[in-house]
Parts: sequence; C-alpha cells; structure tokens
Amino acid sequence: MATEAHPAVHHAPQGFWRKYIFSTDHKVIGIQYYLLALVAVFVGMFLSLLMRFHLAWPTEEVPFFGAMTPEQYLALMTMHGTIMVFFVLTTAPQSGFGNYFLPIQIGAADMAFPVLNMLSFWLTFVAFLVLLAAFFVTGGAPISGWTGYAPLSALGEIAGPGLGLGQTLWVVSLAIFSGASLMGALNFITTTLDLRTRGMSLLRMPLTVWAWFITAILALLAFAVLLAAGLLLLLDRHAGTSFFIPGGLVVSDKQIPHTGGSPLLWQHLFWFFGHPEVYIAILPGMGVVSHILSCFSRKPIFGYKAMVLAMSAIAFLGLMVWGHHMFMSGMSPYSAFAFSLLTMSIGVPSAIKTFNWLGTLWGGRIQFTTAMLFATGFVSLFVTGGLSGIFLAQPTVDIYLHDTYFVVAHFHIIMGVAAIFGIFAGTYFWFPKMFGRFLNEGIGKVHFWLTFVGVYAIFMPMHFIALAGHPRRYADNTAVSFLEPMASVHYFMTIAAFITIGAQLLFLFNFFWGLWKGSKAEEINPWHATTLEWTVPSPPPHDNFAGHVPAVYRGPYEYSVPGAEKDFTPQHLPEPQAAAGDD
Amino acid sequence: MANNQCSRGSALVAAIFALLLVVLTFSTIYFFAARTWWFPESITSLGQAIDAQFVRTLWITGVVFLLAQLALAYVLLRFYDRGGRAHYSHGNTTMEILWTAATAILFVGLGIAAESAWAAYHSQPASPNPIVVRVVAQQFQWNFHYSGPDGRFGRTAPELVDDGLGNFVGLDRSDPAAVDDLVTPIMAAPVGREVVLDLMSKDVTHSLFIRELRFKQDAVPGLVIRLRFTAVKVGDYEIACAELCGLGHHRMRSVLKVLSPEEYEAWLVEQAVE
Repeated sequence: MATEAHPAVHHAPQGFWRKYIFSTDHKVIGIQYYLLALVAVFVGMFLSLLMRFHLAWPTEEVPFFGAMTPEQYLALMTMHGTIMVFFVLTTAPQSGFGNYFLPIQIGAADMAFPVLNMLSFWLTFVAFLVLLAAFFVTGGAPISGWTGYAPLSALGEIAGPGLGLGQTLWVVSLAIFSGASLMGALNFITTTLDLRTRGMSLLRMPLTVWAWFITAILALLAFAVLLAAGLLLLLDRHAGTSFFIPGGLVVSDKQIPHTGGSPLLWQHLFWFFGHPEVYIAILPGMGVVSHILSCFSRKPIFGYKAMVLAMSAIAFLGLMVWGHHMFMSGMSPYSAFAFSLLTMSIGVPSAIKTFNWLGTLWGGRIQFTTAMLFATGFVSLFVTGGLSGIFLAQPTVDIYLHDTYFVVAHFHIIMGVAAIFGIFAGTYFWFPKMFGRFLNEGIGKVHFWLTFVGVYAIFMPMHFIALAGHPRRYADNTAVSFLEPMASVHYFMTIAAFITIGAQLLFLFNFFWGLWKGSKAEEINPWHATTLEWTVPSPPPHDNFAGHVPAVYRGPYEYSVPGAEKDFTPQHLPEPQAAAGDD
Repeated sequence: MANNQCSRGSALVAAIFALLLVVLTFSTIYFFAARTWWFPESITSLGQAIDAQFVRTLWITGVVFLLAQLALAYVLLRFYDRGGRAHYSHGNTTMEILWTAATAILFVGLGIAAESAWAAYHSQPASPNPIVVRVVAQQFQWNFHYSGPDGRFGRTAPELVDDGLGNFVGLDRSDPAAVDDLVTPIMAAPVGREVVLDLMSKDVTHSLFIRELRFKQDAVPGLVIRLRFTAVKVGDYEIACAELCGLGHHRMRSVLKVLSPEEYEAWLVEQAVE
C-alpha cells in the first residue's frame, strides 16, 4: 500500500480559475483554508473587541457600533464563538496546514481525493457566508450561544430576537460545515493510510501527520453527529417536529403546540460533537509544537511512541467525556461519576505530552526562532489551561464554577489561545516553504511577546472573578449587586484585549509584507529540519516531488545523531551502507 | 538571512522568557493565595465540603502549575543555544512510566475524593419536616410556588398561565388545594430547616445559582428536578440565572431570604395577604 506510486498525480492546471480558485491542488486548498481562517479570525476578534468595550464601559456608546442592547451583545457573543470555533480553530490547523503539509510529509503528490478536497473547501466557504448573512437579516444574528441550546434555539422568534431567520442560518451553516468536514476527514484518513511513500511506515510519520490523522478520525465521528443534530433542529424549527421541545411550554404567555421532545437530547448530541471538537482544535497544535520543539532543540522528540499513544488516548477518551459539560443539566448524577473520572483520566496523556515536551527541550540546544517562541508559549498555555480543567472535571467543584468565567478562561486558554499559538508557530515555521519568503523575525518576536503577555492578562483574571461567582454570558453586569466589585477587573481585561488585538495587526502586516517583500527563502531547508517538506522547493511544484517518488530511511526527528556530520539527518537520506531489506 | 536562521539562540531571549514565566506564575499564585476575589462565606454544611474539595484541587494544581512553569523557565535558561551539540536521546521509558503512574494516581485520586460531596448534594437523607418549594423559571423571572398551610399544591396547567393577570405558574384557583397557595417572586426559607426544591421551567433552560448555598442546577423544560438544601445562616442572598436563556438572562435575578422561624411564618402571612 505505502509503496504504490502516486495515484493522485495529475497535470498542473493552466487557467487562472482552475489554478487558484477551483483548484484541486492540496497546497492551493490549504492556503485557501488558511486565508479563510485569517479573515474569520479578524472578524471574530473584532466582535470580541466590541464586547470587551461594552463590558468595560457598560453605559458608553461603543465606537463604530453605538449603544449596545443585550440582544446585540449576545448576538456578538454567539457569532464570535461560532466563527472562532468552526472557521478558525477547526479550519486553520487541520484543513489549512494539514492540507498543505500532510501529503508532502508522507511523500505523496496530492490528497487521495483532490476533487472532494476542493468541494470541502468551497462548502466551508459557503458555510461561512451563510453564517455571516445572519448579521444582515431581520432580527439579526442568533443569541443562543455557540452551543445553541434547545429549546431556546428551537422555538423561533417568540423566544427572542435573532432566534428567527438568524438562528436558521446558523443551523444551516453548521450543517454545511459538518458535511464539508466529513469529506475532509475521509480524505485525510485515506491519504494517510494509502499514499505514504516507500519507507514511510506509520511509526516514521512526523507527529504532525499523526495529529492530523487522529484529528480526522475524531472529525469523522463528531461532525456526523453534529450534522444529525443540526438537521433535527431544523426540523423542529420548520417542520413542526418535537425532537428537542417538550410539551406544555408557555413562552411569552403563549402555549407552544409541540410535545414529547427533550432539551437534554440536544445537549447530548451537541456535546458528543462538541467535546471531541476541542481536541479537533488542539491536537494539530500538539503535532506542530512537537515538530517545532524537536527541530529548534536540535534533539529527537522525547518519547515518540509515547506521544503517538498519548494523542490516541486523548482522542479516544475525548469521545467519552461529553457529559462533563452537563453536570448541572439534569442528567443523572450517577453518569456524572463516570464522565468525571474519564475526564480526569485525560489529565494523564496530557501530562505525558507536557513531560515529553520538557524532555525534548532538556539537554537541547534551543534556538529561539519566532516559531520556537510560539511553540514554547503553547506548552505554558497548555499547562495553565489544562490545570483549570481539573477543577471543572469534578462535579463537586463544578457546582460552583459551572457557567462562570472560570469556564470562559479555561476554554479560551486551552482551546482558543493555545491552539492559536500552534497556528502561529506553524505559520512562522512553514511560511518560507509555502511562499518562498520569510516572515520578519524581529516583528515576529515583538508579536510573540505582546501576545504571550497579553493573553495571560486577558484570561487569567477571569479565573479570579469566577471565584467570586461571576456568571458568563451576561450582557450587562451592572444589574447584579455582587458583580459591582469586579468592574475594575473587566476594565483591566479590556485594556489587555486592546493591546493584544493591536499586536495581531503586527502579524497581519508581517504576513502581507512577507508575501511580497519578505527576504527570499533561497535554501530549500532553512531551519535544517529532517522531514520531507524540507526536501522540495519553496514553494513546491504542482505534484510536490516533480515526478520523483521519495523514499524514507528513518524516523522523523533524527537531530544531533552522534557521529553524523551535521546536526540533522533527514528522513530521505539513504544509510551509507543502504540496508536492502529496509521496509 | 536564511543562513543564520538556525543559530539564533540567545541568552537575552531565554532570560526574558524565563522571567515572564516566573512573574506570571507567582502573580497567579498570589491572587489565588491572597483571596483578593473569593467565594462568599458558605451557608450550608455541604458548601464547606465543596469548598474543601476546591482548596484540595487548588493545592494540587497549584503545585503542578508552579513546578511545570518553573521547569519550562529552567530548561529555557539552562539549554539555550551556546554552540556545541545537543544531547542525542529518544526518551526514557522508566521516567515515562513513572510520571504516567504518578499523574494517574494524583488526578484520578482527586476525582474519586470529589465524589462523596457530589453524592451528598444529590442524595441527602430527607429530613422529617422539609419545606417544599416549586421553582418555576421563565424568561426572565423566577417564580417560587409554596403550598401554603394545607401542605398541598393546587393543580397547575399550562393553559391557565396568564402572565398579564399574574398567574405565572398556571394555578387552577378553582382547586380547593390551590386556595392557600403562594406564588412569590422571591424565595424565603427558615434557617436550619431543610428546603426541598422542585425545579422546572415554563419555556427555555434556566439555571438557579445561589453562591452562598454553593447551589447550581438547571431548570429544564419538561423535567422536574429535585434538590435539597439547609441554610444555617440568616441573611439575604442574591439569586442569579446561570444558563443563557435569552436577551434578559443577566437581569433574571431574585433573592433568597433566610429568616428565623418566626420571621418566616410572618413572611408567609404577609405574602398571603398581598
């Protein structure tokens, strides 16, 4: 299987449309995904800026926006969450980098199903437009949060503004996104299993490939359920079914004609997707960080097999812990026991990863490129965000902390910011390969320092106000007397957010400056790295290896091998006395 | 530029990074330890068990946080590029097994330690003479339904709900059991006596959150969820909604008045008159 020549080889397209727009080249599609995520992240960040302004100065008019009503705040919050989770955290690390580098790193000419790949991207793009359309329809964007809890999300306009057409567009967008993700997942899985080149056994795959592969399996299982949940919600909203709406409801003094549904069914289906989704966002980051830490420590990754096993264990356990989002939902308290202990167990493979990253750095010769700074920052954030999960995983402690800012802090640090650090690390690392030019390292470092300090300044204080019981998703904190003493903390977090978001403009400038004016990556392998993407030109030709089928002779992270001439021994270099039976 | 990409190790970057990690770690620990923002005093005995588990968790995660962040700072300082060659190693299986076992015992053990308070939260033995209160949530208010002196709740039905007339829970006034029923926008409870809450919702999912009771439970349409508490300290405690329920989520507030038994009886009489 792995020794087959490339079945996906096809001729380079000539016209502009087939080359850059409706392209089937995995590299173009990877860049398309990345650019979509780049647009989405700035939209999402702008929404958070408006929210943070309102939280700091609740009575002032928000610049570029005006006075903010509670429903507008909740609409911004819902759209911020949905855009960030789906169109940034799911899109960039997996579909963006994964598409670009998975085939190259396993020595393939393209993904297994190039047309399906193109279709996945364009469906994702349509899903994004459908979601954004919700801003412009009567009633505005939905206000039910990115989790869209039924029956709030199922009842329609009667339950509040934004819950009419806006909510419908939200569900349709997620359904399209789910379909696109399923196609992408199938493509990733098939490509990894079938298109590995000669010598690229499973245990010689870079950890990035393992991460994308495991993530694809998770996505296949999780998005199928979200798609089903979304379709059921649409039926409840428009076909009069009652999957999620129980009988006897009275909304705004009007009786609701539904009967027999269960609000908890939505939560079970949503979180059966939603928890694996957290790992879909973070696992690719773990892969990228392992890849980069090894390169810039000039050391093999510490415990390669343990890393593969830990990622597999995280994914496997991650499928069985969705109930920890539902400790206070009315679910049986007995199931909370099981969900809690399974969740605590995820701490074990997560700790293995952390130890192994530290073990990789230990004894290394650490080179602080910007990519390395972000990868190291990821480790710090992963520890911080992981440990707050230990609180929330215990139903006893969650009684108090559930639906407070503790949860907001936890998932932003681990799923949001850590994952984004993974994206940044990957960007600074692979930019020269993707575009043939370097990003500016000086600007990159300033970007890193401001972002690293900034995100801690935004999200760490959220833990503290949660200790005083600050509930999340409040459009206005002035109505609540026990929240008054925390106004100054909101002010602090908003200032920190301004600075951090400002720092992202540096990145944006660096990115576009780098595309056209960055210093040229003349060397094929500027970081002196070991994996196959560093054996092809920058950017690589249409079929990656220009008709040549690479062969692989060793594991992915052979740095500083004793006796070797250089401090890196690439995967494709034959042994001096090439063993004939090699794989 | 490309040629020297691989030799950017610098003592300065390592020092700044390590310093930031140290400052970050100690400032975080300071705010947790100084309790600048902290839980309000607990007014139930179960609340103390919950707080104890929180503090236990805080200690364990705090130590892990400190060690992990400082270890990261240390390796950056100790192993930044000074030239020479990195140590070639693929790992260490003994250490791998050791720290896997250690974290498994630590985290799973902590999880098991947490379970007794959770069990007590859901299955406290019923006291002989509890007060039963039906909590009927709606956008964006709490309704507290008391059975009155007869101890029997009157019939309720969705078709009888009329918010305009103030019949928020759809009480059938023609039912003899309903005559002495009370429906109030705030909750009162006598100190030291068990209160049984039956939580329900008329429209969407809400969540009853009372900080001082260490109490939080979703009120789910279509379900009746029963939980108990016994408050041991007189006072007024703010009730908040903790589950996003629509545009007025943040203002869905009420108060729990924990009163002396005499004051509680007087409160019931006063409410009945109104």
